[in-house]
Amino acid sequence: MANNPINLLGGIQMNILKEVADISAVPTVGAFNIRVDGQAAARNTTQNINIITKADKSGIDVYVKPNTSGESVHIPVVLSESGIKETVYNDFFIGENADVEIVAGCGIHNCGGRDSEHDGVHRFFIGKGAHIKYVEKHYGEGDGIGKRILNPETEVYMEENASCEMEMVQIKGVDSTNRKTIAKLKAGAKLIVRERLMTHGQQTAISTYETELNGDGASADVISRSVAREESYQKFLSTLKGNCACTGHTECDAIIMDKAKVVAIPELEANSVDAALIHEAAIGKIAGEQIIKLMTLGLNEKEAEEQIINGFLK
Amino acid sequence: MLELKGVTFEVDEENGGTKRITDKIDLIIPDDRFVVITGPNGSGKSTLARLIMGIQKPTEGQIFWNGEDITEKSISERANLGISFAFQQPVRFKGIDVLDLMRIAAKRELSVGEACNYLSEVGLCARDYINREVSASLSGGELKRIEIASVLARGTQLSIFDEPEAGIDLWSFQNLISVFESMRRNIKGSILIISHQERILDIADEIIVIADGRVAQQGTKAEILPGLLGSMNSGYCSRLNEGSAAYGK
Repeated sequence: MANNPINLLGGIQMNILKEVADISAVPTVGAFNIRVDGQAAARNTTQNINIITKADKSGIDVYVKPNTSGESVHIPVVLSESGIKETVYNDFFIGENADVEIVAGCGIHNCGGRDSEHDGVHRFFIGKGAHIKYVEKHYGEGDGIGKRILNPETEVYMEENASCEMEMVQIKGVDSTNRKTIAKLKAGAKLIVRERLMTHGQQTAISTYETELNGDGASADVISRSVAREESYQKFLSTLKGNCACTGHTECDAIIMDKAKVVAIPELEANSVDAALIHEAAIGKIAGEQIIKLMTLGLNEKEAEEQIINGFLK
Repeated sequence: MLELKGVTFEVDEENGGTKRITDKIDLIIPDDRFVVITGPNGSGKSTLARLIMGIQKPTEGQIFWNGEDITEKSISERANLGISFAFQQPVRFKGIDVLDLMRIAAKRELSVGEACNYLSEVGLCARDYINREVSASLSGGELKRIEIASVLARGTQLSIFDEPEAGIDLWSFQNLISVFESMRRNIKGSILIISHQERILDIADEIIVIADGRVAQQGTKAEILPGLLGSMNSGYCSRLNEGSAAYGK
């Protein structure tokens, strides 16, 4: 693999790859497509997973054959030059009864004065009975005054009895995010979303979910846990539309600190008498008694606070 | 050895005055003793326990631990000097599981097996609990037992339990007694329990009765317990029964 361009990546780029996709060396198995500073840096396909560059716009199409099992697809994106702005369209076609993991992290290192922005538009077409686990990690670093901006859009179309687990993580360093996710579920399909978010400084993060339960037996569970520190701002909107005999639950649980602001708007729309929908939202500071309890175990106040936050976002 | 000298704790009242919760308490808890502090509701027992742990600071007086004045020390400092505290109402945490809590308590990477041993000691079928969140998903009785297990895992020189019987069912209470009996046999150090329960009083080396924020009586079990039980229908002891009845609800 000496000619593999990933070997030419510098320390900063490798560090970001490690943060967002847990890649510290050239992958030797599984499908991957690594994009660095607007260019494809490395790609691998397998017998069951094909990756094709889009002809009409920037992005890729990923095809997973029916019944593929136990394989993974990594599609990390790294921006390490200040001032890059890109919109990338990635589509995933998951064959019937396949079972795969997809890791799509994006990390920005911005040391310069110009804003860096990556807007990823991901669409998933999940075939009957197929299951995917989708992990999306966002990470920013660099001390330039240029902002690090990520605006992901995700669309999920699920056929009968498909299932999708989504883990959306943004813990550090992204100045501005506007995340939009829509999901449409047919009969028996199951969607689980776990979002974990921490904002600090002047950061803003807006996250919108619209989930439509369109077939009997469909179910969705959309949960966000977030911590807002310093002067950051978060807004979480989650809409569940129950159009049939289905079950849906959405929850936003936020810890607010310092001078941060948090808005949580769960919304339910039942269009069928058999739709069972629940929402929960809670925003509050760290309970003083939690700090005291951990202090009685020997942690100091700051360690106790970190322990509570780390656990909450685990 | 723990020593309190003239410990007074006052709170402000709405009318602008102050209310004295503990009143110039002098107290010595020697090493390796099983001491139960009892007294009517509102007598200042729990406040006394919280003053020792540093959760509240005295208005006047001093607290010494092994000869060192710890009156101004923080909760964490006292914890690291060898004092533990089990809360009357255990605190819930979203995202911290039982194993995490046990590891924080023990200050080391306890193996799952080691953590399970502590949970088994408090009557929990350990493997069912080790990965559960210490949150509202657990019942009051389960949380209470986990709270006690976290103190066991610390194994410090002084362990304070604030009304361990509160909020647990009768079956769990039977187990609790054997937990304390076992602690008494195995732990090197003192155990200080705030309790209304006769069965806990019955395993004490020493009993301290607090009334109206003062030490009303202090002595061995043989000296104190018969008097407490002998006056069941009058004064303090009828209130003692109220406390016992409250636990059973």
